[in-house]
Amino acid sequence: MVTYLDHAATTPMLPEAVEAMTAELRELGNPSSLHAVGRRARRVVEESREIIAEAFGARPSEVVFTSGGTEADNLAVKGIYWARRAADPSRVRVLAGAVEHHAVLDAVQWLADHEGAKVDLVPVDEQGRVTPDALREALGSGDDVALTTVMWANNEVGTVQPVADLADAARERGVPLHTDAVQAAAQLPIGFAASGAQALTVTGHKLGGPIGVGALLLAKPKPPVFLDPVPLLHGGGQERDVRSGTLDTPAIAGFAAAVQATVARREAETSRLTELRDRLIGAVRAAVPEAVLNGDPADRLPGNAHFSFPGCEGDALLMLLDARGIACSTGSACSAGVSQPSHVLIAMDASPERARGSLRFTLGHTTTEADVKALADAIGPVVERARRAGLT
Amino acid sequence: MSGGVDSAVAAARAAEAGHDVTGVHMALSSNPQSYRTGARGCCTLEDSRDARRAADVIGIPFYVWDLAERFHHDVVEDFVSEYAAGRTPNPCLRCNEKIKFAALLDRGMALGFDAVCTGHYAQLDGGVLRRGVDEGKDQSYVLAVCTPEQLAHALFPLGDTSKADIRREAERRGLQVADKPDSHDICFIADGDTRGFLAERLGSAPGPIVDADGNEVGEHDGAYAYTIGQRKGLRLGTPAPDGRPRYVLDISPVTNTVTVGPRESLDVQEITGERPVWLGEAPDGPFGCQVQLRAHGEVYDCTAEQVDGELRIRLATPARGVATGQAAVLYQGDRVLASSTIADTTRVPA
Repeated sequence: MVTYLDHAATTPMLPEAVEAMTAELRELGNPSSLHAVGRRARRVVEESREIIAEAFGARPSEVVFTSGGTEADNLAVKGIYWARRAADPSRVRVLAGAVEHHAVLDAVQWLADHEGAKVDLVPVDEQGRVTPDALREALGSGDDVALTTVMWANNEVGTVQPVADLADAARERGVPLHTDAVQAAAQLPIGFAASGAQALTVTGHKLGGPIGVGALLLAKPKPPVFLDPVPLLHGGGQERDVRSGTLDTPAIAGFAAAVQATVARREAETSRLTELRDRLIGAVRAAVPEAVLNGDPADRLPGNAHFSFPGCEGDALLMLLDARGIACSTGSACSAGVSQPSHVLIAMDASPERARGSLRFTLGHTTTEADVKALADAIGPVVERARRAGLT
Repeated sequence: MSGGVDSAVAAARAAEAGHDVTGVHMALSSNPQSYRTGARGCCTLEDSRDARRAADVIGIPFYVWDLAERFHHDVVEDFVSEYAAGRTPNPCLRCNEKIKFAALLDRGMALGFDAVCTGHYAQLDGGVLRRGVDEGKDQSYVLAVCTPEQLAHALFPLGDTSKADIRREAERRGLQVADKPDSHDICFIADGDTRGFLAERLGSAPGPIVDADGNEVGEHDGAYAYTIGQRKGLRLGTPAPDGRPRYVLDISPVTNTVTVGPRESLDVQEITGERPVWLGEAPDGPFGCQVQLRAHGEVYDCTAEQVDGELRIRLATPARGVATGQAAVLYQGDRVLASSTIADTTRVPA
């Protein structure tokens, strides 16, 4: 039996989601068709949209379905940049938190490389937080800023950002804020309207829905600040002309069922996960006293525990735990399977050694005490062995 | 697991023999584009994907280990500085000595593994290293540099089989890499242009090409780009008096001079090898054996003797074009006795 402590990578589908999706897979209909068959599918999509909107404190018309988090991030970052720059050519600056996910960072970098954007990464404190003051400083007058993007909670170290305060700071300067809430949506209450953000990314598979579907919550246009993004995909004009493509009714139904179930259980699940997570942190510290907990000790995702193990290589720890049936992550990006030092930890001013020896354990709806115990039993010997292998 | 057919079958055979096998692909460049792109490089995304798929089919865990820094320092930089010093290094040998059976083995041992298993064509039994049965593929020459301690933690499951049979076996095992082309040349030189690779790193250093009497007969862009015995690409302006082709006889990095001359001036009678590595006890006094002086090169009868930590090798028949920096590997039949780096040669007197 695998001890799965990598729910931030993806989490098992909830039974409700499997049921809703498989039921819909047997049905027929393109939601854009005008006949009865199409109308039936359309109804499923719209009911799903309403469920998702309600769960995240948005209006149904603000939900734009996408193929997942990466697409939603790209649509927000590139689309809003293009729209705001078209309205005023002096708006070429893009501000992004230094610890954003690559779906945001690489989109922003692409704008710099190909679209004349000037990118400023907003620095974070040692816990990975973008402070409103840091954002204000980066904004300046805000006149030349196309958009600001700061995630709701960090996917690696779990630190929660003060999104509403950041959105306020941006709004004071007439700048919209996009927030990637892919990790947060599974474990924290999300209020889109209350947050003051113009755009918010969520995805299905991080909260018990299927992989391959997500949404961008998109506030109603309010020129000159809020403008609909210029589309990435052109075609049939679905999703208020912002995201063309035939709607994936089964995936959307599964996504909505997962959101509904997640929100219904959130309060109880949050305290259950927090307790398990704190027990896990305690067990790791008891076994490896010199382990460093990264990120904010309190204001973090309930299911996230992220450590640095001095003198160890994260890759070696991961392999040794994998061999003992424990799945976790070094939390950093791969190319050809080689981990690069985490840009998140480096932005948090961690030493290269601390960045290399880091490991992320993330808990979710299937996590039990037995999982925490399995890790508690394994981590001491594993760290000792990895330390012997040292840093290559 | 490089992503090629040999290491895939080696892993499959080791797993089938009952070993607890984990596949490791060595990432040898931190930027996959920096050395070589396309199929059969040392470190491309395509190769790591092929290796991963082979591990899936065999049913073993698989990881990529980042050895780029060590490889760059111990193999690539060594390669460049050896050429700069007028020698001709063998980077595959250096990779075995410093990476596969050092950095990789050390890390594996520390993490709880017992041995490194590779797809080399060589036979290893009770500390005795022998040529692989496929003469055309035998790689004992580039493994001979390994010490007995290193070989005590090595497995070469392919040594008893021909390459053709390995390909058939890969096919039978459902490994997609069964018909993947063999790797050639040097894995970290993208286009096979060693001279261009060196020029990029060592810069242009024009100097004279002279004949044995010291007469200038041409010019070069850097003495480092030449290898003893080389004939092609000399671009000599002045023809030899007798009109016969000329070969590189000597490279002097100090004076930045390349000396050329007739073929017979390349004939070497005696070789001095430094840093010998013995697979058993070094015999007392001179003894008869065979020696190989380059990868897949000719084998010569010789008399060898260890003197003051050096290997003195006297060839029964002269060898042509012996380059310093290459390995002189001593064999008794198909059995490896010792390896050492060629430091000096004595030519047959004219």
